[in-house]
Amino acid sequence: MIQEIRDLVSEKLKKLDGVVALRKTDQGTAPTLFQEGDDVSQLVLEPRYPVAKTVSKLQKRFKDAKFGVVARGCDTRALVEMVKRHQIDPDRLYIVGMACSEEQAETCYCAEPAPDLDPWPEADLVGDPVPGAPPNPMVAEYENLSREERWDFWNQQFTKCIKCYGCRDICPVCFCDACSLEDPLWVEPGLLVPDFPMYHLIKAMHMTTRCVACRQCETACPAGIPLTVLYDLIRKDVGNLIGYIPGADADSGPPLSLTLADAPIDSELAK
Amino acid sequence: MDYSNTQTICPFCGCGCALNLEVVDGEIVGVLPANDHPVGRGSLCIKGWNAHSFVQHEDRLKTPLIREDGDLREASWEEALELVADKLGSIKSEHGPDAVGVLASAKCTNEENYLLQKFSRAVIGTNNVDHCARL
Ligand code: SF4
Ligand code: SF4
Repeated sequence: MIQEIRDLVSEKLKKLDGVVALRKTDQGTAPTLFQEGDDVSQLVLEPRYPVAKTVSKLQKRFKDAKFGVVARGCDTRALVEMVKRHQIDPDRLYIVGMACSEEQAETCYCAEPAPDLDPWPEADLVGDPVPGAPPNPMVAEYENLSREERWDFWNQQFTKCIKCYGCRDICPVCFCDACSLEDPLWVEPGLLVPDFPMYHLIKAMHMTTRCVACRQCETACPAGIPLTVLYDLIRKDVGNLIGYIPGADADSGPPLSLTLADAPIDSELAK
Repeated sequence: MDYSNTQTICPFCGCGCALNLEVVDGEIVGVLPANDHPVGRGSLCIKGWNAHSFVQHEDRLKTPLIREDGDLREASWEEALELVADKLGSIKSEHGPDAVGVLASAKCTNEENYLLQKFSRAVIGTNNVDHCARL
């Protein structure tokens, strides 16, 4: 697969201003903008980075440029959410979609390991799509807990937080210049451990209808807090209530930015 | 048009997490964790996440400054180091070597810290050597 992607990227670089992908050198691996003439044998596919964020930054800086990106399923979902929020221009983006392996999908508890390329004007898929992996077992375990046990669970988890803001900084769909998590009105400055549960619930609420389950926040968390258990539960509720799945399709607008007058709210669940 | 990441070691504490400096056209614009580095394994603390912000900051000192008549003026490294050596020498001869203390850094290599304690003990003649973590 890797050779196929490198060949495709070399070919496309003749027409594009650059392709965002991971580059491995003796310094380590990180996203880079490959340009024509660059050594594509340095292009690798792991470890994961929030490339949607990189694409957004570069598109905003180079307003006429047309870039490509090597993207997994979670990356294309993040790209879709960023398009809906006007952080990415789909017409200036070409996508090399890569299908993740079964093993990778299991590690990520990923329900959609293959990138959905339908929304994109220009895209190619490399690799054979594998089916979705089973969900994180912690979610079902959590659902069996009583209200008090749930409160204790999160209290214990969030007490570990060192307020690094890493879960926000790494998130491919977090982009605001002014962040509520830095607003003294909501989060008291200088307080460590951050206020329970405000800090984490603000983050969770802002991820509602946005979180594409890439799980990079959990990888970045130095305290090992299972953040995506909370986000998975919220995604599930939002899916059941109004049928919205973040990143799934480009046409349905972000529900929190729309009127819900005609939304098919399930009144039983809403109680 | 250029975007790349340069991996480096976080400048703040002694843990030595690696981080990536995001560079666009020569300007450092952000930090990404080093997901394949054995120390941080993709995590950073708040200082590491913001390590890009001082490098090209306009308030950053670019030359040594010497205070003269209450005002700071720019100076060459040679002049500044000579002044420090002079002053250390005169403090030592007037008040004895224990009037001098040396503070080492968690961010130096073992070898640099070894040299620093050697300098305090053998050149200045004091055991007043301590570490920045206790400041
Ligand atoms: S899993 Fe975490 S990093 Fe990924 S989109 Fe959701 S909140 Fe952001
Ligand atoms: S990444 Fe973890 S430690 Fe850092 S702010 Fe988020 S929850 Fe807290």
